[in-house]
Amino acid sequence: MSYHWYRGHVYGNDFGTDAPAQDGQAPAHDEQAFAALLADEDRIEPRDDMPEAYRKSLIRQIAQHAHSEIIGMQPEGNWISRAPSLRRKAILMAKVQDEAGHGLYLYAAAETLGVDRADLVDQLHSGRQKYSSIFNYPTLTWADVGAIGWLVDGAAITNQVPLCRCSYGPYARAMVRVCKEESFHQRQGFEILHTLSHGTTGQKAMAQDAVNRYWWPSLMMFGPPDDDSPNSARSMAWGIKRFSNDELRQRFVDMTVPQSEALGLTLPDPDLRWNDERGHYDYGDIDFTELFEVIKGNGPCNAERMAHKRGAHEAGAWVREAADAYADKHARRTEGAA
Amino acid sequence: MTDRPLLDYTLGLADDALVSAQRMGWWISRAPELEEDVALANIGLDQLGQARTLLTYAGELEQEGRTEDDLAYLRDDREFRNVKLVERPMTDFGVAMARLLLFSTYQLHLYRALSASSDATLSGIAAKAVKEVTYHVDHATHWVLRLGDGTAGSHARMQVALDAEWPYVDELFTPLDPTLTRLVADPSALRDPVLTDVRRVVAEATLAMPEVAPALGGGRQGLHTEHLGHLLAEMQHLHRSHPGATW
Amino acid sequence: MSTRDWPLWEVFVRARRGLSHVHAGSLHAPDAEMALRNARDLYTRRGEGVSLWVVKASDIEASTPDERDPFFDPAADKIYRHPTFYDVPEGVEHL
Repeated sequence: MSYHWYRGHVYGNDFGTDAPAQDGQAPAHDEQAFAALLADEDRIEPRDDMPEAYRKSLIRQIAQHAHSEIIGMQPEGNWISRAPSLRRKAILMAKVQDEAGHGLYLYAAAETLGVDRADLVDQLHSGRQKYSSIFNYPTLTWADVGAIGWLVDGAAITNQVPLCRCSYGPYARAMVRVCKEESFHQRQGFEILHTLSHGTTGQKAMAQDAVNRYWWPSLMMFGPPDDDSPNSARSMAWGIKRFSNDELRQRFVDMTVPQSEALGLTLPDPDLRWNDERGHYDYGDIDFTELFEVIKGNGPCNAERMAHKRGAHEAGAWVREAADAYADKHARRTEGAA
Repeated sequence: MTDRPLLDYTLGLADDALVSAQRMGWWISRAPELEEDVALANIGLDQLGQARTLLTYAGELEQEGRTEDDLAYLRDDREFRNVKLVERPMTDFGVAMARLLLFSTYQLHLYRALSASSDATLSGIAAKAVKEVTYHVDHATHWVLRLGDGTAGSHARMQVALDAEWPYVDELFTPLDPTLTRLVADPSALRDPVLTDVRRVVAEATLAMPEVAPALGGGRQGLHTEHLGHLLAEMQHLHRSHPGATW
Repeated sequence: MSTRDWPLWEVFVRARRGLSHVHAGSLHAPDAEMALRNARDLYTRRGEGVSLWVVKASDIEASTPDERDPFFDPAADKIYRHPTFYDVPEGVEHL
C-alpha cells in the first residue's frame, strides 16, 4: 500500500503553508505511525500522512454525507410554505436550515483532506458523487415530514452516533456537532406523527400512509447486507466504520418498533416480531432491487432533486461572481490607500 | 370593546412579517451559496417569530378568542393588512435583497419608535425585534453593496431590482389612524429617516435612486395585488382542509 | 467545469466571557465582512457564542507533521517544569 505524503494547498483547518511534496512518498516509519495511531484509538489529523486509499475513501464518504444533508433539504423544504401551523412552520424552517448547516460542517471536514468544496459540488451536479437514496422519495403529505423526522432521521442518527468516534478527527468533530443538533429533529418528527395519530380519522390515515411508504426505504438507508458490502471490512479496519450495516439496521429496528406502538401506528412488515432467542426483532426481507434502482437514478424524484440543486447553483452564479468582483475591487482600493 | 384601529395596526405589523417570512422560506435550498441558505433562514425565522407574537396580541385585542393560527390560516386576502411590498413574488436574489433593504430599514425605524410606545405589549415586541431587524438591515446592505458595486452585469440587475421594488415604498408610510397618534409609532413620520438610510446604501452601491411613480397603496385596507391570494392559497390549504384539527 | 469558490475562512468562537476563542470550523465567504456574518449565522445559531474571529485559512502558518519531532519532543523530558516533580514535606500547605 502506498502512503501519500499529502502537502498540497491549505484546506479547511489543515493550517499550513503551500509547500511542495518532496518525493510524494512517506518514509517507512510513517506507515507504522498511522497504524499505531489507529491501534491506540487515537485520531488521525489533517496533516498526518495517511494511506492514499484511506484519504480517498474518507473524501468519498464525507462528501456523500454532505451531499445528502444538502439534497435532504428539498423533500422537507417542500412543506415549509404549507406547514399547517405557525409553530410547525418555524420548527421546519429551523430544521431545514440545520441541514444546510450540517452539510457545511461536513464539506469543511472533507476540505481538510485536500479537496475543494466547489469540486465536490461539481461532482454532485454531474452525478459522479451520490447522496442518500432516501431523498429521492417524494413528500406527498404533511405526515411525510413527520415520517422523515422519525424514521429517516432516526436511521441517520443510528448511523451517525458511531461516527462521532471515527478515526479521522475533523469528521468525528463534525459528527459530534451534527448529532448534538439533530437530537431535536427526530423528536419533532415523532411529535408530528403522535399528534396526527391521535387526531382526526383523516390525520391518522395520513400518518399511517406515510409510515407505510417510508419504513422500507428507511431500512435501506443502512446499505446492502453485510455479505454484499465490499468496502465495509476495510472501513472497519480503518476505524471509519464501527458497526456493520446489518448490526446498525437491527439496532434501528429494535429501537423503532416500541416507538411505533407508542404512536399507535403499524409498521408494514408481516414478519416483524420479537425473537426471544436472539433478543432482537426479526424483520422481513428487504427488496434491495428497489434500492439499486433508486441509486441508479430511477427513483421517483432523482431528476427533480438534481434539477432543483443545479438550478439554484446556476441561478446564483451572478451573485457569487459579483461578490468576488467586489472583494477584488475593495482589496485593491485598500492596498492603494495604504 | 375592541380597539379596531389598534387591532388593524397590529395586524398590519404582523401580516407584513408573516408574508415576508413566507416569501423568505422559499429561498431555503435555493440561495446562491449554502452559507446564504443559512442566513436567509435565520432572517425568515426572525420574521416568523415577530409575526407569531404580533398575531397572538392581535387575537387578544380582538377579544374573540382567535389564536395566531386562526388569524394566519383562516382569514382571506381581503382581511390581510400587509403592505404590497412584501407580498409580490421574490425569486430573484437582487429583488430579495432590494426588498429586504427597504423593508427592514422601514421595520427598524418603526420598531425603534414603537419600543417607546405606551402600549407595553407592543413596546416589548418592538424592543426585541429591533435587534433582529438591525441584523437584517446589515445583511441586506452588504449584499446591495456587493451586487451594485460588483460586476457590470450585477450592477444592472440590482438597479432593475431596486426600480421594480420602488413603487411599493410609498405605501410603507401610510399615515396613522388619528385615534392612535399618541399611542404608537406613526409610519408617515418615518419617510425621511428611512429614505436617508436607503439613499446612503444606494449611493455607496454606485446605484441610482429610482425615479418611478409610487404604486397605489391599499394593502392596509385589504386591497392587495393578485399575488397575495396565491400565497395564501398555498399557505392555508392544508390547515383549512382539516377544519378544527390539531397539528 | 470547476468554478472558482469563495475563499475559505476559519471560525473561532468565544462561548462565553472568561473563555478563549476556540476553533469551531470553517466556511466560504467572498470577504472578511461576509465571513464574519456567515460565521454568526452558521456557528452561533443556538447561542453558542458571544464573540467571533474569522481568519482566512491561507493566512494561517502551522507546524507540519515532519516538524513534529523537533518541535514537540524536546519539551517532553523537562519534567522539572511541572509541580509534581518536586517533593513537598508532609504537612506543608499552600505551596
